[in-house]
Amino acid sequence: MGIKYNCNTRHNPNTTFVNGQTVSRNIDFVNIRISRDFFRKMDTESKATPSDTIEQLQKEAEALKKRLDEERQKLNDVTLEQMAERLDVLNCPNIKPRRTLKGHLAKVLCSDWSPDKKHIVSSSQDGKMIIWDAHTTNKEHAVAMPTTWVMACAYAPSGNSVACGGLDNKVTVYPLVLDEDVSLRKKTVGTHTSYMSCCIFPNSDQQILTGSGDSTCALWDVESGQLLQSFHGHSADVMSIDLAPSETGNTFVSGSVDKMVLIWDMRTGQCVQSFEGHESDVNSVKFHPSGDAVAAGGDDATCRLFDLRADKEIAVYSKESIIFGANSVDFSHSGRLLFAGYNDYTVNVWDTLRCARMWLLYGHENRVSCLQVSPDGTALSTGSWDCTLRVWA
Amino acid sequence: MPDMLNNVIFENGGNQSSTNTNMVTMNSDKAVAKRKPDACASSCGIEPANEEITTTLPQPNITEDTPNILLYRKMEQIIQRMQDETTGVPVRTVKSFMTKIPSVFTGSDLITWMMKNLDVDDQQEALHLAHLIASHGYFFPIDDHMLTVKNDGTFYRFQTPYFWPSNCWEPENTDYAVYLCKRTMQNKTRLELADYEAENLARLQKMFSRKWEFIFMQAEAQSKVDKKRDKLERKVLDSQERAFWDVHRPMPGCVNTTEIDIKKACQFNKPSKGLKNLQIGATTSEQQANQVSVESLEKQISLLKSQLERRNIKVSKAADFFIAYSEQYLEYDPIFTPPEYPNPWIYDNTELWDQEKIAKDISARRVRRWAFSLQELLADPIGREHFEKFLDKEFSGENLKFWEAAQDLKTLPQSQVQSKVNEIWDYFLAPDAKCPINVDSHSYEITKKNMESPDRWTFDNAAAHVYHLMKSDSYSRYLRSDMYKDFLNGSKKKTSVKGIRSIVSFSARKENTT
Repeated sequence: MGIKYNCNTRHNPNTTFVNGQTVSRNIDFVNIRISRDFFRKMDTESKATPSDTIEQLQKEAEALKKRLDEERQKLNDVTLEQMAERLDVLNCPNIKPRRTLKGHLAKVLCSDWSPDKKHIVSSSQDGKMIIWDAHTTNKEHAVAMPTTWVMACAYAPSGNSVACGGLDNKVTVYPLVLDEDVSLRKKTVGTHTSYMSCCIFPNSDQQILTGSGDSTCALWDVESGQLLQSFHGHSADVMSIDLAPSETGNTFVSGSVDKMVLIWDMRTGQCVQSFEGHESDVNSVKFHPSGDAVAAGGDDATCRLFDLRADKEIAVYSKESIIFGANSVDFSHSGRLLFAGYNDYTVNVWDTLRCARMWLLYGHENRVSCLQVSPDGTALSTGSWDCTLRVWA
Repeated sequence: MPDMLNNVIFENGGNQSSTNTNMVTMNSDKAVAKRKPDACASSCGIEPANEEITTTLPQPNITEDTPNILLYRKMEQIIQRMQDETTGVPVRTVKSFMTKIPSVFTGSDLITWMMKNLDVDDQQEALHLAHLIASHGYFFPIDDHMLTVKNDGTFYRFQTPYFWPSNCWEPENTDYAVYLCKRTMQNKTRLELADYEAENLARLQKMFSRKWEFIFMQAEAQSKVDKKRDKLERKVLDSQERAFWDVHRPMPGCVNTTEIDIKKACQFNKPSKGLKNLQIGATTSEQQANQVSVESLEKQISLLKSQLERRNIKVSKAADFFIAYSEQYLEYDPIFTPPEYPNPWIYDNTELWDQEKIAKDISARRVRRWAFSLQELLADPIGREHFEKFLDKEFSGENLKFWEAAQDLKTLPQSQVQSKVNEIWDYFLAPDAKCPINVDSHSYEITKKNMESPDRWTFDNAAAHVYHLMKSDSYSRYLRSDMYKDFLNGSKKKTSVKGIRSIVSFSARKENTT
């Protein structure tokens, strides 16, 4: 009775605690029988029926939870909002729409700024990926994808290639060459078992980090297509990832439909910190420019700030009149403002410290699906289901 | 019978505009994908005469949780407050010369109510929210297919909860055909088909040509039922049904609010999670349940333990940090402090970007930033170069070189990692290294062990140690050095009082924390 292992190796942590002992559980289908016997032995030795074990474990978990709550309460001496009361109310910087990029024939699903601060790559449900000179609003490349629903795209740090993917479950890298058809030199790097929802180049053109509907994240080697590291921990679709702005760039954050925000160590593939708080899907995550906090936006119409050193949520950005989900968040360069694109066609600008909504940016005629502050902080790009992209400054 | 109908269309539709093939209303991808094979059979049966008008529609599928349900519930809460008899939006029946308009409210009343009862900032926000709720069909203008709200005397009416989108309607095209067909049978001007509806009807008729007879009969039966109703009741019901279709088959140019995010749609179409069970045929489902809960509990407990073990700071400290950070960086946030050159997005002048490339004169503002942290200094190529010169003068340049090499290693393609690891080892760490670095024995042992199975993270530990050394030693000396001070004074003068203050407050803070 009570065979305690999980055959699904994909989902399997390598070790687990059984009756206080760490048991190696690198199980594959060959040694199933051995481990079954092993566990059976373990069970008879401790003379515990599974229901007892469960009860015991539940009690232990409860006790731990209670202690954790107490510990957290001790740290919860004051709120960010109270601390920020002494600050001046920000005066209006007058952000206006400055450019409108028209050319997609269907919903814009994702966009990313080029490191050169003026180009944008965008992907759309029409199966096209477009490279824009956003400053002149010219299209420089329009690449037809093998699939419609290109859900994610990203610029490489060199600005010389872009990656994209979506319902094809793949991440494909396109080198950007001027005189040639870009799609001739495309290279499929990695494949997930479900749609690819987000991708990012971690400080190098040679690797790509992806998040997927198969609830994993993965780090791929671009040249060989080799899977360098996979990240298991979410129990539902990963919607968004972001790289920590630290000098070493070894950590990243992911947000998922399981309402969790997880911090990962790229070296070990382990989740090092987790944050809960959202009441529905987390759609977007972003590191604070200091690297010490992450902001997340979700379907519960809130954005939240999670502090890594306090290990808890320290601010909630919500308002009774905001009832639509947030799709995309990004910080201004000082971290003082949080821009959030919502399903209600608007961008809300939050004062992260005073926890108040500062402005509403109207303009799009359908959901705002993606949003990003430009690399030098001079502008904000938004993409929408109304088929356009806009640049605000 | 189809011929007959054709005549009706042309009578009613009047000026049928040229067929617009681009129209998307007809077959939204979703509807096509989900059309059931028996859709016709189920909806083509003639309804008993005394049924509700709505019975031809497929029954709402309430059990299924849709991604939008959270939103619908919130809107319904607002609607409920609006419909409160005493504190809600005033609903009345307007009497005019010959007719009565039952149960309506004006746009201005609605907006006034929203301004008073919801925490909207201004009228624009109230109007926007009202527009969104209307486009989901919770209330609608009584004679317009465009579901929006104007702040004037236009009349609006609440939708019946039966038609709310939270009932997960996914009406079939046959239902739409019956509805349009029915409209052509009621010769009232207010029920005349709009141009786009007439076009839709023509297209549907083509599509369903073989079963058109059934559709027609069904429409006829419904129409008969309608005629028996009280006049005012019919007016309300007709408008509510129309609004329902305005949500599910919106007028061209209007947003279809029933569309869902493709990612969420994928999620909901996934097979159930029970699939895993198939992998172990031998275990019973009970055992499976035990196994899963023990697993998850163990996982939960280890997570809780690690959370308890963490040493965390107080919220006040975190808050202090973020306040200080934003104050320090406000000067470098182009949204608050205009950059040295005009913002290229506002003034159509790319000087800001051009200057950066030339890198001729470095502003004092930029140099001051190097003092914020070693990370800031190294992030600026010129800062890094200058720091390198300083280190060379101090004969400790190898630290930075090693740290950079360890960072570069991470950016290499997998195929080059192995050789680069060896190269770095030989150059910096091997006994006969050309450029030996000083790392503590602990880091050295770890790195030596890592060398057995080298990967891109082999030197991470040693690099972190070296970084810490640079940060605590060389970097603080660099900041105090004449070299840095001269560079700061030599760079373009644009020092503001605020900038100086930020450095002062920064260094003061640093002393406190260390």
